[in-house]
Amino acid sequence: MSDILILCEHDRGSIEPSTLEALTFARGAFEGDDLHVLVCGEVDDLAPLGEYGATAVIVAEHDMLRDFSPETWGQVLAQQIDDMSPEVVLACGTSRGNEVLAQAAARLDMPFVANVNEVADDFADDDETEVTRVQWGGSLLERAGLEADTKIISVTHHAVEPVSAEGEEAPSSTFEPEIDELYARSIVIDREIAEAGVTLSTAPVVVGGGRAVGSADAFAPLEELAELLGGRVGCSRAVTNNGWRPHSDQVGQTGTRIAPELYIANGISGAIQHWVGAMASKKILAINTDPDANMVTKADYCVIGDLHDIIPAVIEEVKKRS
Amino acid sequence: MRVLVCVKRVPAPGARINITDDGQAVDAAHLGFTVSPHEECGVEECVQLVERHGGEATVLTLGPVEAEEQLRYAASLGVQHAVLLSADTTQWDPQRTASAIADAIETLEAEDGAFDLILFGNESADTGGFQVGIRVAHKLERPIVNAIKGIDLDLDNSKVTARREIDGGREIYELPTPAILGVKEGLNLPRYPTMKGRLASKKVEIKVLEAEGDEGQQSRVTLLQPPEQVSNTVKIGEGVEAAPAIVDLLDELGVLS
Repeated sequence: MSDILILCEHDRGSIEPSTLEALTFARGAFEGDDLHVLVCGEVDDLAPLGEYGATAVIVAEHDMLRDFSPETWGQVLAQQIDDMSPEVVLACGTSRGNEVLAQAAARLDMPFVANVNEVADDFADDDETEVTRVQWGGSLLERAGLEADTKIISVTHHAVEPVSAEGEEAPSSTFEPEIDELYARSIVIDREIAEAGVTLSTAPVVVGGGRAVGSADAFAPLEELAELLGGRVGCSRAVTNNGWRPHSDQVGQTGTRIAPELYIANGISGAIQHWVGAMASKKILAINTDPDANMVTKADYCVIGDLHDIIPAVIEEVKKRS
Repeated sequence: MRVLVCVKRVPAPGARINITDDGQAVDAAHLGFTVSPHEECGVEECVQLVERHGGEATVLTLGPVEAEEQLRYAASLGVQHAVLLSADTTQWDPQRTASAIADAIETLEAEDGAFDLILFGNESADTGGFQVGIRVAHKLERPIVNAIKGIDLDLDNSKVTARREIDGGREIYELPTPAILGVKEGLNLPRYPTMKGRLASKKVEIKVLEAEGDEGQQSRVTLLQPPEQVSNTVKIGEGVEAAPAIVDLLDELGVLS
């Protein structure tokens, strides 16, 4: 039986769904092993951890864990790895997850493999083993070799859906880690809250525009359609590079990853950079003058034609029916 | 003020990425090269910091001699100094990469003084290891925060305020300098090089250092194409006449509010 140490990602006490993804992955990959969850700082409700398969919960309590800091969390995790010598250390490959695992790995001078989709059989027990991980934001895979007694990996975000194990509340213990006061330097000092409402990553409909839209002003009909459908406008990298839309509207590998019920891609060619941000959409409708555009051939539905004519006609039709 | 940005030469793929026959690399025979988008913003930020505070910006890359192209591009935007850590890095892992870069930064700082701020991309566009900047920061005993999309450098008080985008808002950090930040696209809108900039970049001297690095524990077995997503695109019409059919589809998918 192996020891698997899982980092609990939470924001000021509320557990992130990504933690449940990591637990779900661990249950499948490390069946029968002990799943220990490490919590840095206090969490409102520990019950979901047991419910999703944790066999034990370890809570690190310290004044300096009042809010997130990559350095304090990294140091606490490194200490726990040192104490426990687990065979596997795991987190979800979110911004924080990857950052904290890298912080811990750097401190221990251990390897860290980010964004893993699959591990080899007997992964926990072999000190020379393999994983399959993503490259290019998901457009390519890599089989990577790993040589280590303790294997530190993150699981690609959204690679598994969190599924409850209907487990009992796991026994929990607390400890006070040693944290160098110096690391107060990277604790979050403040927050700005963005405007309320539907965000690009949660919108049920995204109306996307590419280079073919032509200008900042020409996005007005896309805005109107998005509003009519209770959705948001998205765009390709070419659009932000031209300064037509803010970067926060960009869908893609270096922008936002969207997962709406419907993505309407207008005049978007579908370069890899954009596609990996859009591919989690449930359905895609591509509107394009080019029937051979990558976005058109990968979409569920297409309309061949000029978005500048079609979008206003769709708006009119939607208004007529409501 | 001295600032440093670390960049990586990566292929600029179009609609599909092909793999070489031996499975070890992206087939770049017909591709151009660029730096990762996050790092482009890092270069732009360094140029803006020098415009605002004076001082000098340096760009560093680890890779083959061809990466000189990316260094000259950064110089054409206004970066004054360029450093090439020369090595065949095809089989290098993140641990080795970080150890070579940390060594090089120590060498550069011993010669010309410490960098107030060092920028890395949050992750590279190709291998996406999410760790080189953090390992370098640890070796240099400096603070680092990743996923940064806003930077205010306060030289008088030796601190840098950094903003990180999270779902529904932003976190604010305040780090003492010298510090390191992992930056993301959206930090700024990178400029295009001017003709004058291009000409000037040809004269920038490139400092070449041999890179060694301590061997790491991760290796590449092979690259693979992900399983092909089969899509039978349904064409629902052409031109404006398709509008009613599009709205029928919206209705069918339940997104017509």
